[in-house]
Amino acid sequence: MYLYVIKRILATIPVMVIVALFVFLMLRLAPGDPAAVIAGDYATAEDVERIRAQLGLNDPILVQMGKWLAQLARGDLGTAIFSKLPVTTLIGQRLEPTLLLALSTITFTVLVAVPLGTLAAYKAGSWIDRLVMLFSVAGFSVPVFVLGYILIYVLSMQLKILPVQGYKSPFEYGLWQFARHMILPTLTLSVIYIALIARMTRASVQEVLQEDYVRTARAKGQSEFKILMRHALRNAAVPIVTVIGLGIALMIGGVVVTESVFNIPGLGRLVLDAVLARDYPVIQGLILFFSFVYILINLLIDLSYTLFDPRIKY
Amino acid sequence: MSVQDSKPVLEITGLTVRLPEGADREFAIEDVSLSVARGEVVCVVGESGSGKSVTAFTVMGLIPKKDLVPVAGSILLQGEDLLKKSDRQMRALRGEKMAMVFQEPMTALNPVIKVGDQIAELLEIHTNMSGSARKKRVIEAMDDVSLPDPKTMYNSYPHQLSGGQRQRIMIAMALALEPGLLIADEPTTALDVTTQAEVLALIKDIQRRHGMGVMFITHDFGVVADIADRVVVMQNGKVVEQGSRDEILRNPTHPYTKMLIGSVPSLTPPDRPEPEVAEIALEAHHLNKTYGSRGFLTKGRVVHAAQDVELIVRRGETLGVVGESGSGKSTVARCIVRLIDPTSGDITIDGANIATMPERELRPYRKEIQIVFQDPYRSLNPRRTVGQSIVEGPMNYGLGAAEALARAEELMRVVGLAPEALDRFPHQFSGGQRQRICIARALAMEPKVLIADEAVSALDVSVQSQVLRLLHDVRERFDLAMLFITHDLRVAAQICDRIMVMQHGVVVEEGRTAEVYANPQHPYTQSLLAAAPGREMDFAQFA
Repeated sequence: MYLYVIKRILATIPVMVIVALFVFLMLRLAPGDPAAVIAGDYATAEDVERIRAQLGLNDPILVQMGKWLAQLARGDLGTAIFSKLPVTTLIGQRLEPTLLLALSTITFTVLVAVPLGTLAAYKAGSWIDRLVMLFSVAGFSVPVFVLGYILIYVLSMQLKILPVQGYKSPFEYGLWQFARHMILPTLTLSVIYIALIARMTRASVQEVLQEDYVRTARAKGQSEFKILMRHALRNAAVPIVTVIGLGIALMIGGVVVTESVFNIPGLGRLVLDAVLARDYPVIQGLILFFSFVYILINLLIDLSYTLFDPRIKY
Repeated sequence: MSVQDSKPVLEITGLTVRLPEGADREFAIEDVSLSVARGEVVCVVGESGSGKSVTAFTVMGLIPKKDLVPVAGSILLQGEDLLKKSDRQMRALRGEKMAMVFQEPMTALNPVIKVGDQIAELLEIHTNMSGSARKKRVIEAMDDVSLPDPKTMYNSYPHQLSGGQRQRIMIAMALALEPGLLIADEPTTALDVTTQAEVLALIKDIQRRHGMGVMFITHDFGVVADIADRVVVMQNGKVVEQGSRDEILRNPTHPYTKMLIGSVPSLTPPDRPEPEVAEIALEAHHLNKTYGSRGFLTKGRVVHAAQDVELIVRRGETLGVVGESGSGKSTVARCIVRLIDPTSGDITIDGANIATMPERELRPYRKEIQIVFQDPYRSLNPRRTVGQSIVEGPMNYGLGAAEALARAEELMRVVGLAPEALDRFPHQFSGGQRQRICIARALAMEPKVLIADEAVSALDVSVQSQVLRLLHDVRERFDLAMLFITHDLRVAAQICDRIMVMQHGVVVEEGRTAEVYANPQHPYTQSLLAAAPGREMDFAQFA
């Protein structure tokens, strides 16, 4: 098991190198000259040239690549072109809101989706099942920003029970303020994952309910509720957890939109700003950072399988 | 037995269960009456679709309520009518007053819960014992079914136990509250023959000690002969005959019972003429197959699935390969067909060594060796007509569509099916018919060697005997060399000229079938023969 973890962590190194090279090439080959953008509309050709030299954009592409990798190896993601701050510092500053938003979304999603999916599986074919599945389809279909604005309109502007936007750190303003500001973004971001995970849970639990050991549990005289809790859910867990893991990875896209809609100063906003400004070092740093998080989550998901199923051993 | 005169534990009277609309018949079971007394083992025998399992599941209240509805009759468990009980009352009775052991102990146990806890769950539901008292009782129950070291095994998961141990866990679970009635649904069918003998002896022993009534569902007359006090024979949802074991087995009156018993292959091989020494169709020498996981940083664990296997099959001859699960018999078959690649050794057919031949050179030889698998339900593509399945092989080898179709029609007649049925899909056929189609499919390639890998194991006895006869006929007719893989010593006795016994990947004994059965040399062969259920009964007398 420990050996497996070490192996998996070592295996992230080549993956990260490939991601780094890919990111590097993708941005270099994309149209648009960052030096021209930085220099602004009134810059002369000399100005642009000076900035190009400053950024090292005149070096042959292989030299640029070598420098980039050497820099990464030192844990340095470079310096932002506009703010002149190290990219690691920028990410560090913006990490907290995003991390907390992601955590609250996942928690809320799991708490809602798993019971809902289980109920639908148990009552398969009934109106409850159809209602859950209807919600599921609707949840998939509504874009995040539309949902966000609808929620703001109803809950904040009409009913005035929640703030329209913004972020209040729990460490500065306390939990209550934090929670009030977090409710709407969490709801907005969760809906699609609730839809996805409820569906997956339903399919998985429904399959498990056909198994012989569920029949055995009935033959013991066990109640249906305990059969679901004790026998079905744990056996259904592996595919559900896999989808939760995938959901966390997909969440990166949702975070960008949600943070924009609710004006939360997190990594999603940083992505958006960096892309609009063609701030190459920041974009590269963020992609690398997200890839790393993704790999880490995958590892955690794989390891969590052993908690649910004793037959899985690494 | 001693207490048979007392009131029955279970008394089913006129039980009728309706099937959902659109089924092939109106009732799953109709007017079924039977009873089980204390201390008595009643075997309910029948082929698939006879309604024996529906009867058992209706007693337990485990039938899907939407699809199967009891419409008439009564089920008295120790005097109480189960059909009048609410769900809640049934739950209280299940596990405490009546318990059930299922066919497949691997899937009947929850894979992610410790086996001890699964037994303890029963006590948790029906008693208010403390945690430690429950654990103590579970260990006693495990001890009672002769599980080794129950204290340690309490914490095992099902996949860490053998099939026999898992079934013992199921039995311990069923017996933990000493129910009056035990229903056993084909409890030994999924087990190897030596394990089966042990589990049967265990059920018999426990039933005697605890004085339970046992309703034992089975399709195997060997098992009936070993365990039954009384026998109930079912066909198409109806009871056709019931009586004491000896009455039914020695003096069956109903034609269906006679036919069933007559279909059970005898353990005594028939007299066979010494075969003339024909041309060798297939030989294998020093055949090895090892599975190993040698990974980066991990130490490899090597399993010898087949070790130094030697075999020769001549044209017109059947060589049986018998053994229990894990003996390597199927590995040998799959290596010879090159469905898996042997690790080393030679396989010679038509003078060519195909053991390690690359796929491109192997192709012309592939058609020479054809295989028929165990499960006819899964070995035909459900989305293609059987005609398409049969002509596909020959057409891959360049036969024109018209000729291939003509050959398929001819073969349908050979296997006893109408050529018109070529346009139908597999689900429109019964299991036995599908296996005939699989045989026709194999023969369409005009092979020299036909491998039957447990080809009759999934079939009901009456169908089994027909398919065995068919295999025998096609072997004669096409002068085939046949390799017959089976775990069933009765079947092997009837069809094999020579026999090869495998254990742990090694051939332990080989010889003419009659000689091996009459005078087994290796202790493993002896134990296999001794474990064959109902060996003292000769069923073939009604054939």
